[in-house]
Amino acid sequence: MGDMLLQMEGVVKTFPGVHALDECRFDLRAGEVHALVGENGAGKSTLMKVFAGIYKKDAGRILYKGKEEDIPTPRAAQQLGISMIHQELNLMPHLTVAQNIFIGREPRRRIPFVLHEKEINEKAEPLFSMLHLKLDPRTKVSNLTVARQQMVEIAKALSFNAEVLIMDEPTAALTDTEIEELFRIIRQLREKGVGIVYITHRLEELKRISDRITVMRDGRYIDTVPTQEATIDQIISMMVGRIIYETTPELPENPDQEIVLEVKNLRRGNVIKDVSFNLKRGEILGFAGLMGAGRTEVARAIFGADPIESGDIHILGKQVQIKSPRDAVAHGIGYLSEDRKRYGLTLGMDVEANIVLATFKKFLGYLGWVNSAKAHAAADRVVQALSIKTPGLQQKVKYLSGGNQQKVVIGKWLTADTKILIFDEPTRGIDVGAKSEIYKLLNDLARQGKAIIMISSELPEILRMSHRIVVMCEGRITGELSIDEATQENIMKYATQRRNGDNGRNEIIGSDSELRGD
Amino acid sequence: MQIEAARRKVEIRSLLRSDATQKVLAFAGLITLVVVFSLASPNFLTFDNVIGILLATAVNGVLALGVTFVIITAGIDLSVGTVMTFSAVMAGVFVTFWGLPVPLGVLAALLAGGLAGLVNGLTISKMKVPPFIATLGMLYATKGLSLVISGLKPIYFNDTPIFREIAMGSVLGAIIPGFVIPNAVLVLFGAAIAAGLILNKTVLGRYTFAIGSNEEATRLSGVNVDVWKTAVYGLSGMFSGLAGVLIAARLNSAQPALGSGYELDAIAAAVIGGTSLSGGEGTILGTVIGAFIISTLTNGLRILSVPQEWQMVVTGAIVVLAVYADILRRRRE
Repeated sequence: MGDMLLQMEGVVKTFPGVHALDECRFDLRAGEVHALVGENGAGKSTLMKVFAGIYKKDAGRILYKGKEEDIPTPRAAQQLGISMIHQELNLMPHLTVAQNIFIGREPRRRIPFVLHEKEINEKAEPLFSMLHLKLDPRTKVSNLTVARQQMVEIAKALSFNAEVLIMDEPTAALTDTEIEELFRIIRQLREKGVGIVYITHRLEELKRISDRITVMRDGRYIDTVPTQEATIDQIISMMVGRIIYETTPELPENPDQEIVLEVKNLRRGNVIKDVSFNLKRGEILGFAGLMGAGRTEVARAIFGADPIESGDIHILGKQVQIKSPRDAVAHGIGYLSEDRKRYGLTLGMDVEANIVLATFKKFLGYLGWVNSAKAHAAADRVVQALSIKTPGLQQKVKYLSGGNQQKVVIGKWLTADTKILIFDEPTRGIDVGAKSEIYKLLNDLARQGKAIIMISSELPEILRMSHRIVVMCEGRITGELSIDEATQENIMKYATQRRNGDNGRNEIIGSDSELRGD
Repeated sequence: MQIEAARRKVEIRSLLRSDATQKVLAFAGLITLVVVFSLASPNFLTFDNVIGILLATAVNGVLALGVTFVIITAGIDLSVGTVMTFSAVMAGVFVTFWGLPVPLGVLAALLAGGLAGLVNGLTISKMKVPPFIATLGMLYATKGLSLVISGLKPIYFNDTPIFREIAMGSVLGAIIPGFVIPNAVLVLFGAAIAAGLILNKTVLGRYTFAIGSNEEATRLSGVNVDVWKTAVYGLSGMFSGLAGVLIAARLNSAQPALGSGYELDAIAAAVIGGTSLSGGEGTILGTVIGAFIISTLTNGLRILSVPQEWQMVVTGAIVVLAVYADILRRRRE
């Protein structure tokens, strides 16, 4: 491990009403991967945003290469060799790859303000070859997969000759092969002496990629440990401040055999190819597969959010026509999107409004007046039942943590008397403590007789939660496993079972980008 | 065979989706209009009438150029019409009242427009007032200022006959006998070429797209978004100033009561030409075609003796149809 690159001491940051960082410290050496972990709201991203010049610290010292630096803007950080890759990728989708990389410092011709487009493209090439990537600098970013967009971000960081690279949850949207590729690049950068800060929720990644681990909780620094000496349980207990044993909870009793939902020969173009399955009362049916396997598409088709070309949907033995989400709700189907902020919640409205939103009609009195007492009572019941942590029903949802936001969405669908609940990546972006609460909630719902579909890209989650597992690949169902026969290995085998041979496995980041052109 | 067919399908689809298609569609729409009106009336495709259409397009076209930049940043400029009037009045002040030489007066009028645009830009970038409100405020302010400064009366350019020539003279006619295309049309094309170069070849153009595509990402990339946004609104003001000079020259007077409603025509031209109100997309060629569609439509309907009220109804329908066609095209992806 190399020289000390960064030392942060006593960093304080407050936002109106929130003490985001309280006397935090952090250090980073050249040529190491330093993981930064903690629950949501622990202050990991905030601390790194102070370092990357996005937030101004209220107090504290930043020593960079032994010199005290005040980093007022992202540009100042970049000039010092500090680059941050944000969780929500910061690219301009309408511009090309090369234009994105060199935004703000485009090569220019002699005439003032005039761009040297050719040079922009030429300068991008060596960055990709350094990463062993095949990518045309003239491609529009909107035509790339998320994984490839992330590679563009890394290439951009490299173009600054970054000595420090901060990655905020880089694997949140990647498939396993893509993660492998990302790790290869991270290791390559580490060997070149780049110091890498790796913010993550996925503790199983720590052992694979990090050298040291720093844990934060509630805006405070807890401890830093060498990865080799730490156990995952130890890290988790530091994160939550109490010891949680990650044991498999008992699944609800074997579901009774009544089939609630039956899907037959569902088809839509290239994305859903002849999908058939059934779902029983009280069952949690796991949908496994790589990103882009078509799981979300199937869910949206069942929910009426996207049209289908052919296929039947039966609910409780009766064929139904679902042409819109409204029809789906009327038939007792609820869909909890993977992107709850965009599709699941109205962030600017309060907890109560969000909970009663899907079932507004229930709370209308004469002449369309809202019966607020009734709505209030219903929302209150949900908050109690799901133990949503909120100062009150009038709290705006955007101020809740990810786990509590997810509970609000669940509460919304519970109010709607749904029989079938489709959870799409229910724990994405949710911290460990809140995750187990969501799991418990799912189990409770199944026990109450709800039929649940759970789409998840995290295999441990699928294995822990499901009674039965359906695996998809390239728009078709490639396998169905009972929980007794399912293992990570055989799920992955089905998930990569491409029709034209198993050639996709080692291919870097999916040929999806090419496919997406059609 | 199947693969071959599939590939061809993919090619056709990607062609349909490309930016060029919107322009082709818009252009095809324009041609259709011309053909329909020519068949409907023998008076449509005459030299004088075509010149009339070109002249009518000049002012709106120049306004639409500036608006295109603003809309690509995902903003909006409602003040272009009244800033145009304000600049025309200022041209009157500089040239007729102060007796400045015409070129200097014209330049000062452009700068007056640019200044109004800069104020828009600063209000938006520094005070964080939404573009709709900031430019709405400027719409009222410049409307009022024009009336105050002119004392409610038109300012004539009778002492400087050369001023009128800016729009109504014909340099081309002097070079090629019989080809008497008014200078205003040349100004439009010149301004369009300049706008195209700025949008596609300069840093300002690049940041215009970048801001519209993802403003926060642009900011985090170290681009001084506030400065460039202000510059975009300033540029829009300059184009309004140029339009002000054109309209004053054409009427040989600055009419202080004119100008409201022009902003809507300009926005319509940009939108018909494929500029996306959600930002990140748009072309100068598209906007110019859009401006021609609007003036051709107005002109043609007038020739067919369609009452003015109905002309507006048709224009409204065309704007919505053009955007709907674009949405349909994208949905096919």
